[in-house]
Amino acid sequence: MAFIPHTPDDVRTMLAAIGVGTIEQLFEEIPATLRAGELTGIPPAASEMEIGRLMSDRAAADGCPLNFIGAGAYEHHIPAAVWAITTRGEIYSAYTPYQAEASQGTLQTIYEYQTMIASLTGMQVSNASLYDGASALAEACLMAVRAHRRSKSARILMPRAVNPTYRRCASAIAGNQQLSFEEVAFDPASGQTPLDALRRYEGEDVTALVIQQPNFFGVLEEVDALADWGQRHGALLIAVVNPTSLALLKPPGEWGERGVDIVVGEGQPLGVPLAGGGPYFGFMTTRMEHVRQMPGRIVGRTVDLDGRPGYTLTLQAREQHIRRSKATSNICTNQGLLMSAATIYLSLMGPRGLELAASASMARTAELVAALDKAAGLRPVFSGPRFHEALVRLDRPACVVLDEFARRGIAGGFDVARDYPELGHALLVCATETKTDADIATYAATIADILRAPRAA
Amino acid sequence: MSSNVPAELRYTKSHEWVRRNPDGSVTVGITDHAQHALGDIVFAEAPDAGRAVAAGEACAVVESVKAASDVYSPLAGEVAGANAALGETPELINTDPYGAGWLFTLKAVDAAAVDALLDAAAYDAFLEETAE
Repeated sequence: MAFIPHTPDDVRTMLAAIGVGTIEQLFEEIPATLRAGELTGIPPAASEMEIGRLMSDRAAADGCPLNFIGAGAYEHHIPAAVWAITTRGEIYSAYTPYQAEASQGTLQTIYEYQTMIASLTGMQVSNASLYDGASALAEACLMAVRAHRRSKSARILMPRAVNPTYRRCASAIAGNQQLSFEEVAFDPASGQTPLDALRRYEGEDVTALVIQQPNFFGVLEEVDALADWGQRHGALLIAVVNPTSLALLKPPGEWGERGVDIVVGEGQPLGVPLAGGGPYFGFMTTRMEHVRQMPGRIVGRTVDLDGRPGYTLTLQAREQHIRRSKATSNICTNQGLLMSAATIYLSLMGPRGLELAASASMARTAELVAALDKAAGLRPVFSGPRFHEALVRLDRPACVVLDEFARRGIAGGFDVARDYPELGHALLVCATETKTDADIATYAATIADILRAPRAA
Repeated sequence: MSSNVPAELRYTKSHEWVRRNPDGSVTVGITDHAQHALGDIVFAEAPDAGRAVAAGEACAVVESVKAASDVYSPLAGEVAGANAALGETPELINTDPYGAGWLFTLKAVDAAAVDALLDAAAYDAFLEETAE
């Protein structure tokens, strides 16, 4: 079946039926100044051969640096089987299918994914995935406003230690929907979000508190205390988590006395390669009591007339194709391909494999921090406990140091100056299980060498 | 199939019913015709007590295996209470739409506005007229 919506004959027939001569006539009432007109600056079509050459040149320009950047996307070992299986014809699709129930295999994959993510986060129900971690947080904030019926303020407490890209994305998506985001300061010594910073909101109507674990600086928050504060003061709790870290850390479903209400995060660490910023996928889980306010698709397991198990899209009355403008979200799809890769990754790694990747990453970053102190006298900015990322103090702007690193084939870390000018010269570095002793030694020796050069005036 | 349209109630064209209570409040639900058209109801969400609603304002949601539908307040007033039993047993709307399947009650309603709603004969005629 050709996916050509209207043939020239169809168009002629339709125009004749409404008594209009040409498509152009239909648009006549739009003033000429508002029309986009011809596209300019678009070069003529290139051949497949030319495009292939262009793309391989561009890919080569990225190089293959020794990578120490984290800041929300993490380089982990991906077993070769993950993408060998994910790209098989039976699985290789970006979408939840139309006539979903005709694709039982796809639905079962989603169902297994939901089970794994719900289990990893310690929550009761998962959706079929969202676009990425940042937009998942925006969706979680909108969801909290719908779910928290007693709260009228649509006010979200957003720690400054939450990934700045996520904060910008949440404001961009939800800011125009009457949500207000209030920034909660971090402790300049520990890098954690202190309870003291929340006290001024006590007695006020707060819809939700966001808690990122580990936070953007790689520092572990005191999640139990923060969760209990939120619960005591009538705010719903939104956790933003790194899925790898959950192999070691307490799942958000068990934070504080009652656990959190919504969990979101970036799924990239689960088998998705770093690829110029994406595509990645977001995950979201919640408690059953909030399921009708959750965006996205949900697959359920049921039985047919003969009692055989089968899979189906469920709770669809939340969705756009049924609820129109009152839907929980305009998301009517999921990030199918990457979700499939994550499901296969988690199946191959198992709980023990994920725990090994997490603990090796945590150990490698600790070794890196120690090596930086020894080789160059660099010290962490924050005293709080860390997972697999650390912010270190420099004596000159990080961007200068990173340029030098780049010249030597090393992606040396993330410069936080744009997002946190108050932190001065500081570099966010990450070493996962992919880094060897030699890699860490190379990094430490290189930064020591770079810093030996006199500072620019 | 003809629907049950009790004579003592008032109705809207969006298929809500209204019962006058002795204390001056009114009880609101959806009609037998509406529950039948929706099919098996799996979830109902009623408004919070204390909420002020306008006539015609969407203030409750009834979800069935086929669709999710808004329920419109037939009258202006203040929500006095909601049917808590629907949380566990939303199917009461199917089995007893005019009794145990009620949705919410309103107070501070204008008695004349109640009189202005459709009576049973008019609602019956409306169903007849709109039948396929």
